[in-house]
Amino acid sequence: MRYAMAIDTKKCVGCSDCVVACQIENKVPVGFCRDWVTETVDGSYPELSLELRSERCNHCDNAPCVRCCPTGASHIVEGGVVLVDPDWCIGCGACIESCPYDARFSHPDGYVDKCTFCIHRVRKGQQPACVSVCPTKCMYFGDLDDPSSEVSKMLKTRKYKVLAPEAGTKPQVYYLI
Amino acid sequence: MASRRDFIKITALGLGGTAMGLGTYALLKANNPAVAALGEFARLPTYCEVCFWKCAAWAYMDEKGKLSKLIGNDSDPHCNGRLCPRGTGGIGMYFDEDRLTSPLIRVTENGKQTYRKASWDEALDFIASKMKAIGEKYGPESIALFNHGSPGHHFTHLFNAFGSNTVAAPSYAQCRGPREAAWKATFGASLGSPEPTDIRDTRCLVLIGSHLGENMHNSQVQEMSDAIDRGADIITVDPRYSTAASKSKFWLPIKPATDIALLMAWIHVLIDEDLYDKKYVEKYCTGLDRLMHHVRRMTPEWAYGITTIQPDLIRQSARLMAAAAPATIVHPGRHVTWYGDDTQRSRAIAILNALLGTWGRRGGFYFDEKKSLPEYPMPEYPTPKWGWRETHGGKYPLAGMAVTNAFLDASIPQEGSDSMIKAWFVTGTNLPLAMPEKDKFEKAVNSLEFVVVVDTMPMEITGYADVVLPECTYLERYDEIRNSPNREPYIALRMPVAAPLGESKPAWWMTKQLGERLGLGAYFPYKEYEEVLDWQLKQVGSSLEEMKKIGVKKYERKGRPLYLQDGEDMHFGTPSGKIELYSTEFEKQGFDPLPNYVAHDEPPANYYRLIYGRAPMHTFSRTANNPYLTDLMDENDVWVNPKVAKIWGLHNGQEVWLRNQDGVVSTFPIKVRITERIRWDSVYMVHGFGHARKELTRAYGRGGNDTEMITHVPIDPIMGGTGMRANFVTFLMEKPQAADM
Amino acid sequence: MNEELIVSGRNIPNIDPHLHIWHWPIPVYLFLGGLAAGILFFAAYFTITGREKEMPTAVKWATFIVPFALIIGLAALIFDLKNPLNSWKLYLTLRLESPMSWGAWTLMAVTPLSILWAASYLRELVPGWDWKLKILNNIEGLVVKYRKAIAWVMIVLSVILGIYTGILLSAFNARPLWNTALLGPLFLVSGLSTGAATIMWMSKSHQERMTFARIDLLLIIIELFLITHLFMGFLAGPEVQIESAHLFLGGEFTIQFWVFVVIMGLIFPAFLEILELRGVKIPVMLPALCILIGGLIFRIVMVDAGQLTRYLY
Repeated sequence: MRYAMAIDTKKCVGCSDCVVACQIENKVPVGFCRDWVTETVDGSYPELSLELRSERCNHCDNAPCVRCCPTGASHIVEGGVVLVDPDWCIGCGACIESCPYDARFSHPDGYVDKCTFCIHRVRKGQQPACVSVCPTKCMYFGDLDDPSSEVSKMLKTRKYKVLAPEAGTKPQVYYLI
Repeated sequence: MASRRDFIKITALGLGGTAMGLGTYALLKANNPAVAALGEFARLPTYCEVCFWKCAAWAYMDEKGKLSKLIGNDSDPHCNGRLCPRGTGGIGMYFDEDRLTSPLIRVTENGKQTYRKASWDEALDFIASKMKAIGEKYGPESIALFNHGSPGHHFTHLFNAFGSNTVAAPSYAQCRGPREAAWKATFGASLGSPEPTDIRDTRCLVLIGSHLGENMHNSQVQEMSDAIDRGADIITVDPRYSTAASKSKFWLPIKPATDIALLMAWIHVLIDEDLYDKKYVEKYCTGLDRLMHHVRRMTPEWAYGITTIQPDLIRQSARLMAAAAPATIVHPGRHVTWYGDDTQRSRAIAILNALLGTWGRRGGFYFDEKKSLPEYPMPEYPTPKWGWRETHGGKYPLAGMAVTNAFLDASIPQEGSDSMIKAWFVTGTNLPLAMPEKDKFEKAVNSLEFVVVVDTMPMEITGYADVVLPECTYLERYDEIRNSPNREPYIALRMPVAAPLGESKPAWWMTKQLGERLGLGAYFPYKEYEEVLDWQLKQVGSSLEEMKKIGVKKYERKGRPLYLQDGEDMHFGTPSGKIELYSTEFEKQGFDPLPNYVAHDEPPANYYRLIYGRAPMHTFSRTANNPYLTDLMDENDVWVNPKVAKIWGLHNGQEVWLRNQDGVVSTFPIKVRITERIRWDSVYMVHGFGHARKELTRAYGRGGNDTEMITHVPIDPIMGGTGMRANFVTFLMEKPQAADM
Repeated sequence: MNEELIVSGRNIPNIDPHLHIWHWPIPVYLFLGGLAAGILFFAAYFTITGREKEMPTAVKWATFIVPFALIIGLAALIFDLKNPLNSWKLYLTLRLESPMSWGAWTLMAVTPLSILWAASYLRELVPGWDWKLKILNNIEGLVVKYRKAIAWVMIVLSVILGIYTGILLSAFNARPLWNTALLGPLFLVSGLSTGAATIMWMSKSHQERMTFARIDLLLIIIELFLITHLFMGFLAGPEVQIESAHLFLGGEFTIQFWVFVVIMGLIFPAFLEILELRGVKIPVMLPALCILIGGLIFRIVMVDAGQLTRYLY
């Protein structure tokens, strides 16, 4: 099993519903966030292009945060989902330094926090909060090892990219372009 | 907004957002941190009040019975189970610690005006006595109601019972009025809300200044996304590279205020190249000959000189919409009060749709239907001596609803004559940030004998009130059944999902209390609003009990089919019974029966046209203090083209003050965003920021207030709409001295 | 024009707009760790080579600084942890891929060893000192008896400690400025240099001072060579590393790095040491202080600048 997310930049309007849904679902304190939306503008008026991306932890196959964690608080669970165990986290910040996506942050309660792919929901058969709320339905979540999953199908039929592939992290959030 | 690429510049950004956020966080804090599962122990139905789309939702409670989240109702066609960011963040409205929680009465202490807290009884007695006194002296009609959203329903009932229908909402003359008047003149029908655009099945969506995706009209955005998936083409006309423009096959970066020229050129191409739907036009439309004659010289080449859009692009885009027709939508837009000739522009859009045969066609516009829901039995309302139309003073003959700006005029005593309006109730609308011409607004409000404001938040408008009544949020109250037109009729229930904060109360309770004090108890023959809802629901085969379980109920269509049937005869609600390409009603009233492009003022040297719009995470000014939504966007910035920025030596994030053509300077500075996404002759900002009330702790002083910059307002003579894009601003690098302001 | 921005209002403390999760305690920790490694290295080296008599400061007196440096360094590290109450959990697991874990365990080994080493010379420092407890006297006896063997262990650990202070940073692929194999050797050499400077400063023997001036001069030359290579490598690297180099070549950190680290912390003291070796009378404090301050600033600059560098996508 390999959980992954595919996000269609052609459909995303950057509304940031994913961000607020995550904050509320996961009780992320206001002022912090586990996901965020970026906008890239290229060209000059009127020859322009715009890309909107909902970003989050990439749950990398080759996760530097897990490798550099001195206590094992950062760990990998089913489907390759990277989690942090607050009881083991000493808050050294090494994993924050190690993430090329700046996807982790220091929670005010003294541990490092980040996207969990809403594993608590996924284990109940639900979609992650961001995916389930997205008004444009531009996000697909599922098992890459299952060829019939929506995310597998999207990656089979559409062109895609990942972020900072040169960092060698093998990220598992794919952007359909 | 943090710059990501410019990583070399270190800037110490304030951590204000965090510090403020933690208070709210404490309210929401859980024990188990990282993999927190919010309880889904119980759910209650509501529909959203963060914007007018009114999506139905479920409010989920945690194990302690505390409101924890809002999730869209899967059965609701407004949201299809997916709320927008504002709906999702709607619980922030409930948790906002800046809320109004007790009635306030204006008093003078030591020569200074201030508010003191009052009991409900005192506040309501006071209001009722003032209403009686003013009603007796000037007639009940002299008390006007400005409303928006759900509280408006209850207060309109009170006003009608009291004998006044001097009731207006800014959503007409400051928003969608022109298109309603244009549709009425052309198709004999209004568009209403949600608009019956069949985006789901469209093959070509044409947006003119409408930035779907930045305005989160939920089901429309959802259907636009589906349409993109299906490979539908989008054509966007906008001086700004909007989100929708970035998803478009053709983006027409039009020179602002020239849209009618483009629309007429499109009509010209459709006729000139024989691309219009001949069968449809022949069967349903009148006035084609006059239209043909009218547009014969309005060529793309003519329009190029006005709009700066290449003739080839005008032709190609016209052919694209014709090829997709009738599954084409030339979107009527929503906020269309731009230049004072907006009804004519909307008419051109209506004519274009008629030529393409999209009205009543799959992929164009469907015929919507709503459930016929009987009103709770009440005595007849008294007939007022005069109504809202009289406030227009004979102007705006085709206004289908009351014109708020006419109410302002009617509140100001003119030389030799007394004012018609003596007192205001304002419910659910923050007029100072909704209506242009601040001077006129202030003059009007200062001429009044009495002002009551009903709101959930200490918005700017509350500062003008003699009495402020704290309304509880939509999450804490019953309201009327949502019964809006759709492909199929649906109704939705809103019920309290949390206990009212402080002493805040629902509008239905306030109006009943006031009604009883005014001797109008017969109009409020119930103890709880549940009785009204249950009675109404039982008339349509449901009940309050059932609706509490399902939230949304769907009914079968009873009226005509969704689309025109092949060869179907159809009578339209126009004077001729046909779709009027040439408007006989306009002719009768002395307006151009066919739209004409009229040149508008252009920005003087060193000034730029002020264009404003929406961000998907905010609704006007009403969400600017919501902790969740402020966290997404806590201020607006002013978009400036890099060429302009270079001339002025502006840099990204620099704070500037704006001054308009009339010398009005912005109260607060606004940060510059240098971006290619805006034309060089315009600047852009998101509407609803720059709040001046310190009580709004998160919103105070954040960003710029576009409305205060709008002082030159051409009025649409047809329906009274306020043209709000006729203002030009320039940059001030330093805080202006008081003398300059 | 290209524009990249976050539109969902992300402004997380210490992450946005630029990473600053590691504050001053981390460079202080790295500096003190490097200093300790340097002193221990020389103490062990001159013990192994049997030159204790010639180098009393290196072998004996300077090592009294080490336990304090390590403990203060460790305190600084723990001070920067967001959840220091959990820090004991570092010692419930050894994570071979985590430099932080390596560091924790290395310090766990080095600190007691350095205490034993210094304590075994306490008798010479304080005449008439007695450990009073028999067991302590026995331990002292053992240390003295197996000093050479202990020195071998110590020299290995000191090199690991010295390199570790660089690897802690260089193991982060995500921070292009740090992500170079040169950082380990560079921090080791810099640590040795600060150690040598401290010994030089403390030493009362002219011969020992001259020896350490020569050693230090060599270390400074190696350091300058490594720094040159560092920038050559960056400038020949991918975009993110080129941009990293530009932080020091006209960017934010240009003055701090070239003036305070390279000129004041390396070239100027090297010049003074050359003069001293040529017999010019130089107050010994001056080059030593320059090297120490330069070494500290070097680490502050590297930690701060590194956190500004990131992948661009």
